[in-house]
Amino acid sequence: MTMPYYVAPEQVMKDRAEYAQKGIARGRSLVGCVYDDGVLIVAENPSRTLHKVSEIYDRVAFAGVGRYNEYDQLRVAGVRHADTKGFAYSREDVDARSLANVYAQYLGQVFTHEMKPLEVEILVAELDDDGSDHRLYHIAYDGTIVDEERFTVLGGDAEPIAQRLEHSFDPNWTLGAALRACVAALGGPDRTLGPEILEVGTLAAGNGRRTFSRIVGDAIASLLAEQAGGGRPAVEQA
Amino acid sequence: MSLPLFPPTEDPGPSFVAVLGRVDPLAAGRLGAAVGASPVGTVVAPLSVPHGTTIAALRYSDGVVVAGDRRATEGVSIAHRGIEKVFPADRFSAVAIAGAAGPAIEIVRLFQTQLEHYEKVEGAVLSLEGKANQLAQMIRSNLPMAMQGLAVIPLFAGWDRRRGVGRIFTYDLTGGRYEETDFHATGSGGRDAKTTIKLGFRDAMSRDQAVQLAVESLYQAADEDAATGGPDPVRGIYPIVATVDKGGFDRLADLEVAGHFAAVLERRGGPQRPGGRQAGDGHAIDDEAALGGEQS
Repeated sequence: MTMPYYVAPEQVMKDRAEYAQKGIARGRSLVGCVYDDGVLIVAENPSRTLHKVSEIYDRVAFAGVGRYNEYDQLRVAGVRHADTKGFAYSREDVDARSLANVYAQYLGQVFTHEMKPLEVEILVAELDDDGSDHRLYHIAYDGTIVDEERFTVLGGDAEPIAQRLEHSFDPNWTLGAALRACVAALGGPDRTLGPEILEVGTLAAGNGRRTFSRIVGDAIASLLAEQAGGGRPAVEQA
Repeated sequence: MSLPLFPPTEDPGPSFVAVLGRVDPLAAGRLGAAVGASPVGTVVAPLSVPHGTTIAALRYSDGVVVAGDRRATEGVSIAHRGIEKVFPADRFSAVAIAGAAGPAIEIVRLFQTQLEHYEKVEGAVLSLEGKANQLAQMIRSNLPMAMQGLAVIPLFAGWDRRRGVGRIFTYDLTGGRYEETDFHATGSGGRDAKTTIKLGFRDAMSRDQAVQLAVESLYQAADEDAATGGPDPVRGIYPIVATVDKGGFDRLADLEVAGHFAAVLERRGGPQRPGGRQAGDGHAIDDEAALGGEQS
């Protein structure tokens, strides 16, 4: 009979964290921030159909980075959670905080008890009813949850991107200004990201009951081309 | 509430009903998903619960009109004067209900949630036919309840974005789904409403003409059927009329519906007197003025 090697718990956790971080760092990053009308989420994503940013419920959006199959499974679970809750109680009882907690519990559980941690970082964003207190819940692979009110960056390159965004951030900027700053922060000094590799979603009060909408193609291009501080062109809704 | 995650081999897919069955079997059972829970075949006297009455739908040149009166009856009493029977199913379709109000409203809620759930999980909107079939399954699963007197008969209408036409679907108790080419009405006053539409229907009507015909059909149904409510200017309650076209679902404001009622009455030569005699001579002008005053 062979005896299993003893491995210190610290070492196990460190190995798992490294494994998860490596997986997450392979993909591109994503930024979520507030602007004058709501919440903006910008992801670098060359695919038009495999989304990183999606709708969960009337005022709640989801975004994920890392392994697609893992965060998409979490996204679907979130939709199921929200729809079941909204059906059992009322639409207004569905909130991002409770969903973010459930996600954090699950990610933490998997991180400590399963062989392989989930190689994802996710964002649960919520549009505030009064338009002043939007929420961005950033949940890491180990279940760590951070509640942001201004902006948050997910992915391997989070640190430098967050530093770049910190310089330009303004809570009252327009959609165009916010988008340009997010794209510049994502790209960094050496790269310019075009509309064809951007995925953009917003939660905005003007969209009716379901506040989530995607900004696609030409609408992204015209927002990017808009002069800073200039007029705001009509945004085409997907 | 835990995170509803399922192993890939047992995933319920984009079906909200299936998810509900796994997460909250009690709620699903209440909706009749557990078929066989109640004895099929024992027909009992209708329970004394609110019943919704007349609903109608018709096609016009670029969409469909769906309308329903506001009365719910419980036996021979009026249970509600302002109940709503026409709902948006999603952005491009409407569902109207007749029958036992409780289960009907629950089915509508489930149907609305299901359409949105599918759209979010799949990232694509169901085809209009797909939506119509989903509703058929829900009506089918209500059969045990229907056998106990709690029947729900919906009308489903919407804008088919792939074909670019408005389409109307009708149902029977067993979930049978039938497509109507032009119009349909159901509920206790459905026969009168349908006859009115049949007489006034023309191909390629404008939106206004179609709305007016729908309003007139409800007026005639209310005239003949005790369980159908007519326009109620005293309380400011008017039937719900909605249109679905390529711009999506749009519910008409009460004021606009009231205007159409006034137009219907005017076209018929003012308010009718008992015995079928028309208000004639010099009195007609006074009567119309009085009516206009009430409705403004």
